[in-house]
Amino acid sequence: MANYTYDNSKEDPAMNNGTLITTENLVKQYPVGRGKFTALNDVNLAIERGEFMGLVGPSGSGKTTLLNILGALDYPSSGRAIVLGEDTRELNHKQSARLRTEHLGFIFQTYNLLPVYTVFENVEFPLLLLGMEAQERQKAVMQALQWVGLTDKISSRPSQLSGGESQRVAVARAMVKKPEIVLADEPTANLDAENSHNILKMMVKLNEELKTTFIFATHDEKVIRYVRRRITLNDGKIVEDIKRTPKVH
Amino acid sequence: MIVKLAFRNLIGAGLRTWLNVFVLSLAFVMIIWVQGLIEGMGKYAMNAKIDAELGGGQFWHMAYDPYDPLAFEDSHAPLSPSLVELVSKGEATPILVASGAIFPDGRIQSTLLKGIDPDQQILNLPAGELKGEETDAIPALIGMQMAKQTQLNIGDYVTVRWRDVNGTFDADDIQIRQIMHTTVPSVDQGQIWIPLEKLREMLQAPGEASLVVLRKGIKTVPPDDPTWIYRDLDFLLEDVIELVRVKSASTNILYGLLLFMGLLAIFDTQVLAIWRRRKEIGTLMALGMERGKVISLFTFEGALHGLLALIVGATYGIPILAYTLAKGLPMPEMISNVGVALPQVIYPSYGLRLLVGTTLLVFVTVTVVSFLPASRIAKLKPTDALRGKRS
Repeated sequence: MANYTYDNSKEDPAMNNGTLITTENLVKQYPVGRGKFTALNDVNLAIERGEFMGLVGPSGSGKTTLLNILGALDYPSSGRAIVLGEDTRELNHKQSARLRTEHLGFIFQTYNLLPVYTVFENVEFPLLLLGMEAQERQKAVMQALQWVGLTDKISSRPSQLSGGESQRVAVARAMVKKPEIVLADEPTANLDAENSHNILKMMVKLNEELKTTFIFATHDEKVIRYVRRRITLNDGKIVEDIKRTPKVH
Repeated sequence: MIVKLAFRNLIGAGLRTWLNVFVLSLAFVMIIWVQGLIEGMGKYAMNAKIDAELGGGQFWHMAYDPYDPLAFEDSHAPLSPSLVELVSKGEATPILVASGAIFPDGRIQSTLLKGIDPDQQILNLPAGELKGEETDAIPALIGMQMAKQTQLNIGDYVTVRWRDVNGTFDADDIQIRQIMHTTVPSVDQGQIWIPLEKLREMLQAPGEASLVVLRKGIKTVPPDDPTWIYRDLDFLLEDVIELVRVKSASTNILYGLLLFMGLLAIFDTQVLAIWRRRKEIGTLMALGMERGKVISLFTFEGALHGLLALIVGATYGIPILAYTLAKGLPMPEMISNVGVALPQVIYPSYGLRLLVGTTLLVFVTVTVVSFLPASRIAKLKPTDALRGKRS
């Protein structure tokens, strides 16, 4: 999907049939006082290329923890999370940073745009990390801003944008490098219904056009209505994993 | 990318950045200004001393010690053949030193009698004034400090007493022919300059001298002999060099305090920035920026304070430094008592070493101070940073 390559030599056999992510007996525990809190407990799943899926569940069910581990931002306490053929537990800081730079896009609830950069520069930032040439960068950024309909705001600062516009910039920033996987943590939590639907429709379109895998951590019904696969977590365990036809398209 | 982002962040921080930059620039300008004045003072003191007293080095009689007046009686001798040759070529001039006393207004005052050749061209002293018309009194030259101290004016007579080589006291009158405008205390305070031949006659020491001053820039210095010991400028200027060193060391405390204030402000800003911008740090990591680069970004942001301080400091500092360089800094009256040659107006000396050294000092310290808090990012977990939590 992306124009950028990654090392396939460690690729898991499971990846051959289009599986991008697998977790095996994944456990994540946090120390709490003298004891331990289990955020994820024996999570096993496989995510295929091009999926549009949601990790749902109540607060504290382990959605964000799972998303962080899949995004190589956190390490499992035991078990394995294999993302694009890489066992995230075996990656050092540099390698996990490289995995994120080259293959993963993130969308956050609070947009997390760099306040001192313009819209254009915010979207351009991941490409700078990739070391892409200026001309190519310019083209890619304009294309990404076209996807989200913000070409008229390229010189605006995040402080001059509405919530919906900020999240669209965040989507453009996540998509600009055409990553294999986009991980979105409560992307619509700060948006009104109209903006939420617009953002989600745009993501669906990108998912269909670019075959990017979208994984949402959410408990927002609006998002859940769009996903084609819903994994429900409760107390760190997968309690339901259903593939379905989205209610909205 | 790091440079652009760091610069934007720094400018984006607004007043906080400019306050830090101003404090740092103040330290920067003050260090250069004060150190320039001290260096200028040292340079002036050395040049004035070389001009009026030291020449290009001196040969001392083996027993001569300028700090021991009791030794003067035994610290003169005829010049060695090589020194005689130098003197005859105009490459050196002999000086004879003796202890004595004068009686201005009936008060006794110890004095140093120095015999100098009125025709000498080695030292920048108005020795020619000692030639003039013959009178009954010995023609004499004193400096302004001596004149002030003894209340002697041009044309005044005063009795001088001395002991000849046999230890016999003798006395005569001297007439003040000229009052020298010199800033070198060691040719002024407590000293009376008279013609060399007259002093030789008074001491019954014909052809003798206590020291021989060489011409400035002399190329060939004759070797020492048992009686005459060569003293180079490093030796002769030791007291001035030491004074400048001590003065510089004491002003280092001032620099330290100023720099400390600037660095503390930057350290505080860095700690605060890392605390307040944890989410941004987490975002940068999530986008794929390596920890090392995030640390570099924050360190560079801090170090940029140094660059901005340099620019701001140059904006208001260059006019101040240039004005002081052109007009000098007037010294108070009491400064003449410090013991080294000091002018009424000090002109600073801003050498390349001072400018580059201060710039490096500011940059290195600012970078270190910026790095220390930034290095904590290495321990920050991206997930904690994204939640705005401390690891």
